[in-house]
Amino acid sequence: MAVTNVLIAGVGGQGAVLVSELLAQAALSAGNDVKQGEFHGVAQRGGAVFSHVRYGDRVYSPVARQGEVDYLLALEKLEALRYAHFLRPDGTIIVNDHKVEPIRTGDERPYPDDAIEFLQGKGFKVLAAKATEMAIEMGNHRAANVVLLGALSGLIDIPLEVWESTLERLPERILALNQQAFAAGRQL
Amino acid sequence: MRKLISGNEAIAQGAWEAGVVFAAGYPGTPSTEVLENLARYEEIDAHWSTNEKVAFDEGVGAALGGARTMVTMKHVGLNVAADSFMVFPYAGTNAGFVTLVADDPGMYSSQNEQDSRYFAKMAKVPVLEPADAAEAKEMIKTAFELSEQFQTPVMFRITTRLAHTRGVVEPDERTEAPRKEFSRKVSQYAIPVYARFRRPELEQKLESLRQYAEEFEGNVEEEGDPQIGVVTHGIPYQYVKEVAPEATVFKLGMTYPLPQKRLTEFCARFETVFVIEESEGFIQQEMASFGILNVIGKERFTNIGELSTDLIAAGLKGTTTPTDLSQETTILPRPPVMCPGCAHRGVFSTLKKMGVLVTGDIGCYTLGCLPPFQAMHTTFCMGASIGNATGFNRAGEDQVVGVIGDSTFLHGGVPSLLSAVYNQVPTTMILLDNGTTGMTGQQQHPGTGHTLKGGEAPAVNYEELIRSLGVEHVKVIDPWDLEATETAIESALSHPGPAVVIAQRACTLLPEEKAKTRVAYRVENDECIVCEECMDMGCPALVWEDGFPYVREWECVGCSLCGQICVVDAIQPVEEM
Repeated sequence: MAVTNVLIAGVGGQGAVLVSELLAQAALSAGNDVKQGEFHGVAQRGGAVFSHVRYGDRVYSPVARQGEVDYLLALEKLEALRYAHFLRPDGTIIVNDHKVEPIRTGDERPYPDDAIEFLQGKGFKVLAAKATEMAIEMGNHRAANVVLLGALSGLIDIPLEVWESTLERLPERILALNQQAFAAGRQL
Repeated sequence: MRKLISGNEAIAQGAWEAGVVFAAGYPGTPSTEVLENLARYEEIDAHWSTNEKVAFDEGVGAALGGARTMVTMKHVGLNVAADSFMVFPYAGTNAGFVTLVADDPGMYSSQNEQDSRYFAKMAKVPVLEPADAAEAKEMIKTAFELSEQFQTPVMFRITTRLAHTRGVVEPDERTEAPRKEFSRKVSQYAIPVYARFRRPELEQKLESLRQYAEEFEGNVEEEGDPQIGVVTHGIPYQYVKEVAPEATVFKLGMTYPLPQKRLTEFCARFETVFVIEESEGFIQQEMASFGILNVIGKERFTNIGELSTDLIAAGLKGTTTPTDLSQETTILPRPPVMCPGCAHRGVFSTLKKMGVLVTGDIGCYTLGCLPPFQAMHTTFCMGASIGNATGFNRAGEDQVVGVIGDSTFLHGGVPSLLSAVYNQVPTTMILLDNGTTGMTGQQQHPGTGHTLKGGEAPAVNYEELIRSLGVEHVKVIDPWDLEATETAIESALSHPGPAVVIAQRACTLLPEEKAKTRVAYRVENDECIVCEECMDMGCPALVWEDGFPYVREWECVGCSLCGQICVVDAIQPVEEM
């Protein structure tokens, strides 16, 4: 089996790392070799965070090459733009239709509200979902990451029962919420 | 059972399996999780030391005392420990002693790039470098065997990518390492007196290590295309396998000393050999010293930043990779920021307003040099802020403040403050006491009242400590109170002797802080005059929406700073509206 490359991008605190770990664990349980690693800067929160998950028969590099990523899972629209060049030309973007305005840095340009339309125009397959709104309806905005993971799960070759047992590794107090979020995402 | 764990976790697992008994270190990205994971094993006595030199010296004592020992640090931590690191090899160890050093090519969380292998060469200490988590777990055991076989400290060098990448690892059982007796041989361990007698022996030991390198199982030749030869190591090995799976590869697991004979024979088979290594051209330079010159290395594969599959593909095959979309659309930067309710925000907002010169230090508060505050004007390394402020003062600048965090102050700041007191320089210092080592992920330290293993510990009383050094003007304030903060800094600056302001407020990411019930703030648009002063606080919970500032209530922790800064009191706690 060839290596599948997934890039997960978000804003610090959105749970990009948790989603990466769940995906990597599911890929391992499904019998793959896996490497997963995240890039993050100096501070704890608020900055851009991205993580690579690569799985298949044998994975060498922990980092996917630019232009070879199969799936980009973006927890925020601007972050989808920031990492879209990692995708292969016909790659798929699963994007949270949600805006987190960056802190003011003196860069006066407006936020790119048309990010999703722009990415569609580039020829990528784009699955956009209002995952944060869905998560808020479920009771916690933090579950947006797992809504998107559910959407990704319907597109990749990891069996549903593996996903179910992987989610059960989550702490009890957040398990039911995340199971609900995953199921909702999978139906998108 | 196969487990998915990070390189750092794998190193801890391997060290536990190797029978490590004592471990010490100081937090520093990307090394921190090694010691945190070592602390989870009940057989291992692991603790945070006040700094890396202290950790190293404790480690030396433990290893001489007969316990297998590991000390952990990032590359700049080795600078702090360098004094001990250079001298210990003259004695040699008793039980196995491994220094874990994590370099940070790309400077994801560091002030510089350093290739620690040069330190090892200078100290005449062998270096092992694993290529992934699974290999790291096994190689750490080899490191302890090597250390005991040659009675030498060993450097175990990793980089950020290895430290933070999870891979598949098969855990094994622990093998206890019986305590080795220490013999009080003064001629071996009292180095300054006997160094000249030890010096030739160190050279002999290095020669033996060179022989060992020729037979070392971690130096592996993988046959492939007889036309393409690559010498590589560590994480770059993974990139090479990805880009050129057809190549004949010499993978070095031991990067100092190198197997001269084997490398000479290997390179003689090719017209040109590519040497692909992370950071500096260390292997390349060693090979050149052997007379191996048919090499392309750093002239093509940069020593600046971190290598990648893309960079190696470009260098080996001339391939180009897509560039980002910033030429076609707006990709706004998203730099790291101080958290909502961060205790540092009030101090930097005040320093900006006052316009004083600020010498800074290493921690989350280094973000004070970035917009919106830009109220930190120098930052170099751990503990430098206070000495820098004293120096500026001697040059004639009297409106200067040294700003340092609690963990950093205890690590390397105390001697600098004492120097200011001793020399009667009116240095002004702000201690940002947020009760934790924040930037590396909330580690304990001598001021927190707890140990790495979770036990209770005496907590430093900063006011008493600082007064005992001879500072007469000490004021403790809450940085959530802007008026008190400004008054205290002004009064410290005008004091004729050394003066300290202790800004005390816990890091909002600490579990006990997160658990507190908070009253969020809200902007009353009818009252707001859209002056945007509050936006200049750089709070992630306060965003611009539909022409007004808007508080994202679920992120707000109710620090009230935006309310204090508002000139028309349009930002109020939710329950009072």
